[in-house]
Amino acid sequence: MLRQLHSLPGLIAALFAIVLTVTGAILSLDPALERVSTVLPASGQISVADLAGKLAVSYPGAEQIVRSPSGTLIVYFTENDQVGIDRVDPRTGQAIGPYQPSAFSRWVKNLHRSLLLDTPGRAVAGITALLMIVLTISGAMLLAARMGGWRHILQPVRGSLSQRLHIKFARVAITGLLLSALTGAYLSATTFELISEGLEAEPELPVDVAEGIPAAIHTLSVLNATDLNDLRELVYPYPGDPAGLYSLTTDQGAGYIDQVSGEWLSYQAHDATHAVYEFIYMLHTGEGLWWLGLILGLSALAVPVMAVTGSIIWWKRYSSKPKITANSSAHSADSVILVGSESNTTWGFAQTLHNSLVQAGQRVHTAPMNQLASNYRSAKQLFILTATYGDGDAPASASQFMQRLDKISTKPELATAVLGFGDRQYPQFCGFAQAVEAAFTDKGWAQLLPLDTINRQSPQEFSRWGNALGKALGIELTLLHIPVQPQTTTLELVDRADYGVAVQAPTAVLRFKALTNNGNTSLLKRVFKSNGLPYFEAGDLVGIVPPGSQVPRFYSLASASKDNSLEICVRQHRGGICSNFLYTLAIGGTIEAFIQLNPNFRPAAGKAPVVLIGAGTGIGPLVGFIRHNTAHRPMYLYWGGRSPESDFLYEPELKSYLKDQRLSELNAAFSRTSERAYVQDKIALDAEKLRQLIESDAQFLVCGGREMANSVVAALNAIAAPLGVDVTTLKAQGRYLEDVY
Amino acid sequence: MKKLTLALAMAATIALPTLAQARDVTFTTQLKSYRGDGAYLALYLVDAQGQYQRTLWVAGKKSKYYKHLSGWAQGSGLRSSEYDGVTGASVMSGETLNVTLDVADTLIDAGYEVRVDTAVEDMRDNRAEVSAPLTTDGVGKSFPGRGYVQSFRYTF
Repeated sequence: MLRQLHSLPGLIAALFAIVLTVTGAILSLDPALERVSTVLPASGQISVADLAGKLAVSYPGAEQIVRSPSGTLIVYFTENDQVGIDRVDPRTGQAIGPYQPSAFSRWVKNLHRSLLLDTPGRAVAGITALLMIVLTISGAMLLAARMGGWRHILQPVRGSLSQRLHIKFARVAITGLLLSALTGAYLSATTFELISEGLEAEPELPVDVAEGIPAAIHTLSVLNATDLNDLRELVYPYPGDPAGLYSLTTDQGAGYIDQVSGEWLSYQAHDATHAVYEFIYMLHTGEGLWWLGLILGLSALAVPVMAVTGSIIWWKRYSSKPKITANSSAHSADSVILVGSESNTTWGFAQTLHNSLVQAGQRVHTAPMNQLASNYRSAKQLFILTATYGDGDAPASASQFMQRLDKISTKPELATAVLGFGDRQYPQFCGFAQAVEAAFTDKGWAQLLPLDTINRQSPQEFSRWGNALGKALGIELTLLHIPVQPQTTTLELVDRADYGVAVQAPTAVLRFKALTNNGNTSLLKRVFKSNGLPYFEAGDLVGIVPPGSQVPRFYSLASASKDNSLEICVRQHRGGICSNFLYTLAIGGTIEAFIQLNPNFRPAAGKAPVVLIGAGTGIGPLVGFIRHNTAHRPMYLYWGGRSPESDFLYEPELKSYLKDQRLSELNAAFSRTSERAYVQDKIALDAEKLRQLIESDAQFLVCGGREMANSVVAALNAIAAPLGVDVTTLKAQGRYLEDVY
Repeated sequence: MKKLTLALAMAATIALPTLAQARDVTFTTQLKSYRGDGAYLALYLVDAQGQYQRTLWVAGKKSKYYKHLSGWAQGSGLRSSEYDGVTGASVMSGETLNVTLDVADTLIDAGYEVRVDTAVEDMRDNRAEVSAPLTTDGVGKSFPGRGYVQSFRYTF
């Protein structure tokens, strides 16, 4: 909802906002430039009478003196029956030069106010200002939500290049933009008379003016009492008019002055409501407040960047969203398909099922599992297509499914079929799908088909399930699924370090760079001198598609894209298609890869200590975290290998980190030495120290195989028991993170 | 344009009390190409002593800018009763303003003068940039302006 409130106005306003902010930034220079070329006498130094007396000599035909909010003095005069307008020096009353407002500035101003389209353009500009208010507020709220609260709003941002630029510029500019937008919307509202700008009460025009010989201007008492810095405008009487009057406007008020006595004939102080208008006008234009004008101008320049990056972000999200055509409403559908997906791949299968059922003449409703309705009026079958996240947990789009299901007490008339998606190499293969199936059984819901599973997105298995489903429904059903591959980048192997052959654990640390000259670097990337790598951080995952396969394998990243290389740690497995492909890859060989962000596996921001635990290739992301620990927060590494002589991954690098204090402690355990120690044994030995770390809010990050992770949990539970906490508590606090395979 | 002139004339006739002896006077104000936004103009009558008498026409819709027509503003006191019914759009650079109004015979050849004040946003204000005596002799004569006005004429 909040996101729509941000992207929709953003897309509508983008072009106009660019015009308004670029012109606004140009105009913001005017008050500052004017200020630079203006002499400002100190208060109390020069009175209006002083100046007028000097002008009487240099400009005998003076008609009007105007002082701009920035302090520029201009005099209107007639000479030889020709009118003129000059800028004058307040100290001498001498001409500085003719006053010629630039035609360019005027054009830019009109473009800014009305897009050169007069009233319709003014309306568009006003609406754009309103949308900008919505955008700044919704944007700030989105940012707070993204960063995990207002307190964290200034912490480093992660995400794609567009996202980072968008947020970084927004954080700097938001205050200025909000001020510009608010004041701009107010000024627009006064133009359209939606808000009163406060009627300026005019001073009364004196009726009976005593005629007489006009006194010399520099002797007039009111002008002598008025400081030049308070002057706005002085209009001279018409020459030769015996009943002529001076009309004076100052910062405080306005009135008419007797040309004979030099006293006020009438005076009216400025209206308070109008003063509000003038103040807001000054805030918006910077006229009389040049430094604020410059700040607002600079802030405005962030908008073109944000409009472009914002549109890119929107487009990427929009185009990656699964598009279900002919989606019937929940109440009218014969078949309901609910999808549990973490990274959108399951949606592709749901779409294939959806289309096939629609082709078979059914009305089908497809939605995320979190949108489970309490009642589907006409549905005869309910399909659950779901992946499993982590250790048998619900994927993102199904996180609230179980609670929603619990609340439904009436037994529906439909029959269910659950299809799980996953990878058989995980112990909790389709764990969440099993849990859903069990919940249906518990509730006594009818079953159309028993639980079935799809291993590694196999189109063949999906097609077989389709045949079974067709039979159960008594219709012809062909499920032909063509998986959509994410866009990949071609990377070239530039460096490798080999370990572990002697201990039957052949492992390699591989470093890749983007293949240069692949010709599709975008303008944005060239401008920001990108190294050609997609954005990633240590702990994110790289999906690698081995030749001859459509299914990517994921590896944890040991480097960040800002390191200018992509680094992974690969152990060769017997029969592993991808690990063998990578392990045997020669320098110069290429891979097709894409990034899957894994923001849930990162050290939390702050100064609290971090305990890193891993075994074998699990060291990869942990080394990445240590490498980037330039702030020297305490980091403790527990790692298990086989032999210090053969598979001590990253040994020299880790020792250098100990020296420069990026790493506080290195605890390595080896299983094929006389010690015969595993990482959990090292942990158990350090019980006292680990308890202290838990008490000082330490965070645990564990990476490696499932068995190792389970042993670590057991060891830590034993250690933490005296403190009255366990790993489950730490997990709930976000202080125990696992990346396990 | 003719239609507009006619409409203005009719409006003016309705707005002003019909005088026993009056005639239609057409005032033509042609502006220079001064390269700026639309100009605000005030056409008004002053007596032989230069005292404001009556507003003939105000070009420009936004009354908040009227104070820039300073000679007329001082004379009329900017009371809306002085200009109700005799206002129109501002005049663009290089264009011509035609207004036809009902003027009492007593004002012609009696020492009265037509004055034109002009103002353009971000440019200078011109008080009485045209002063033209309202006489039978002056009909069809071209009076130059000192500011934005190229020429001013009247016919009856």
